[in-house]
Amino acid sequence: MVIKFQNNDKPVIITGAKDMPPMAAALGSMLQNKTGSWRNVRPIIDYDKCIKCFICWKVCPEPAIKIVDELPVIDYDYCKGCLMCAEECPKDAIDFEKEGK
Amino acid sequence: MIEIRMHGRGGQGAVKASFVLAEAAFQGGKYVQAFPRFGVERRGAPVEAFTRIDDKPVQIRSQIYYPDGVIVLDPSLTEVVDVTKGLKKGGWILVNSDKEPDFFDFGDDYKVYTVDATEIAVQNKLGSRTAPIVNTAIVGAFAKLTGIVTIDAVFKGIDSSIPRFQEENKRAAKQAYDEIESG
Amino acid sequence: MKKTMMGNYAASWGAQLARVQVIAAYPITPQTLIVEKLSDIVADGELDAKFIKVESEHSAMAACIGASATGARAYTATSAQGLALMHEMLHWAGLARLPIVMTNVNRAMAPGWSIWADQNDSLSQRDTGWMQIYASSAQEILDSTLIGYKVSEKVLLPTLISFDAFFLSHTMEVVDMPEIELIDKYLPPYKPDYKMDVNDPRSFGALTDEQYYYEFRYKMQKAMDEAVDIIKEAGKEYEKITGRAYGLVHPYRCEDADMILVTSGTIADTTNVAVDELRAEGKKVGNLRIRVIRPYPKKEILEVVKGVKKLAVIDRNISPGYSGIFSQELKSALYNEVDIPVRSYIAGLGGRDVKIEDIKDMANDALKNDAPNDLIWKGVKI
Repeated sequence: MVIKFQNNDKPVIITGAKDMPPMAAALGSMLQNKTGSWRNVRPIIDYDKCIKCFICWKVCPEPAIKIVDELPVIDYDYCKGCLMCAEECPKDAIDFEKEGK
Repeated sequence: MIEIRMHGRGGQGAVKASFVLAEAAFQGGKYVQAFPRFGVERRGAPVEAFTRIDDKPVQIRSQIYYPDGVIVLDPSLTEVVDVTKGLKKGGWILVNSDKEPDFFDFGDDYKVYTVDATEIAVQNKLGSRTAPIVNTAIVGAFAKLTGIVTIDAVFKGIDSSIPRFQEENKRAAKQAYDEIESG
Repeated sequence: MKKTMMGNYAASWGAQLARVQVIAAYPITPQTLIVEKLSDIVADGELDAKFIKVESEHSAMAACIGASATGARAYTATSAQGLALMHEMLHWAGLARLPIVMTNVNRAMAPGWSIWADQNDSLSQRDTGWMQIYASSAQEILDSTLIGYKVSEKVLLPTLISFDAFFLSHTMEVVDMPEIELIDKYLPPYKPDYKMDVNDPRSFGALTDEQYYYEFRYKMQKAMDEAVDIIKEAGKEYEKITGRAYGLVHPYRCEDADMILVTSGTIADTTNVAVDELRAEGKKVGNLRIRVIRPYPKKEILEVVKGVKKLAVIDRNISPGYSGIFSQELKSALYNEVDIPVRSYIAGLGGRDVKIEDIKDMANDALKNDAPNDLIWKGVKI
């Protein structure tokens, strides 16, 4: 693990327990810890049905839905497949399929 | 080291008197310690406060059991409290009273002085007529009879520890200083 | 400049001289005057600080934790039940390694409802990762606040400064106020290496699995170990600017003593006077005041007591079911190192006055008797 902890002008590089900070600060990073690997179902947006209401973007607890070019886009690096977006979509525009097919 | 015990009634300013006395001695270059008896004080209930004065920092941190002198802010206390308890032989008792010292019978071991601090406080409009604040007058009398602090040191003490009516308080202290017969 | 003040105000002035930036506190007798004075100081513009009124002591410490995590110098004060209510947050401040300084007026835990001196409140917080100082004069309260920040910000551990209710909190005495210019040099603004920063967002105190938690505990212990020398250095540096020396232990007439009394808090000062009287009677007695109990100054204590024939500890606290806490700690420090009998006394719980005669009684009793295993309750009316 290599994480820069930049405060004032003193960078801290954490490569393991030996040089970790004295307190539980910035121990891990979501840049490395891709929680999308925990997913067993994959939501898929049907952009033909999407009305750009962004309710999915709003309810995603991760949040793993971003707005790209005025459309909701699922970031599969971090989507855990909870399907809250599919449940809340007013147009049933989000379907899902099993992972690992 | 000189140890002084104050007897008063809650609300009379006994604690403040112990502080003013200490402040006056401090202004005179002494090390001091002043504190109330650590009870739950109520208006009218007998209260005690203590002052220690020394040439070096005071290290004793218990209450005073064998005082060199006792100050009684309310003469009626002499009937309810043993104000001479633990008082050293040859020690002095200063009572706020309009009576002469020989009115009080504390035995032959002590020197007794009186000053009418209540009348002085009333004349100087300190507190109310029913509840006059007598502490600064008593400290003025203390200065005269013991010589431990000068009246100027008492004035300085009033300046630095009494937030209001400083001139009135100083006048009261001076009046008591002038009225009491020195020991 | 010398002034007279109550012990409580010495704590307020200490915080002001330290230029604390955040004060979050809840009033409790006999601590109230400390934060009352500080709120005046802040309101009058004499201190550039945020005074946060909170709804409990738990919240007070939580606010200090937040403030300190962002790099602000944070201060609070409490007593007894208030300190107990903070307990959870004390662990948090310790393990988050936040250099908060807190004043605690040692007051007996209720019931019976009491507002008087007793060390059980702060000693119950012994294992929360706070450094603990026990002051014995108003001067030391003020000085310890400044030394406390100096040390805390270096080792990243919070400091708890405790002193006896009323015997110090409401006692007026002479305090030498150091010049602010000197203190500004001694205690420059706090510049943390790790802090909450919106421009560099990081998680703080997040889930920490067994891969790391164990090491955090180890690091805290190492910081405590290092703190011993850093407290000494900070004390020496403070002596240079003020002439007043502070260590972890303060021995008095111990050099040639046959027996040493081990004390803390205001009882320690009165014991110095008792020692002088005992010496005048030809008894070779000394007094060792324990000023810092965390980190525990084991080496420093051993240096003073080695060669002495007997030790007698006076505790204004009790760990029910065992003994006085300073006594337990002393015994464990001696074990495997030196073989000196220790006699343990309990005195002054709940603010009962401990007089010179009482201390001399205990000293004479300890000089006469060996039996170190019984706990002796001085003056108990049973």
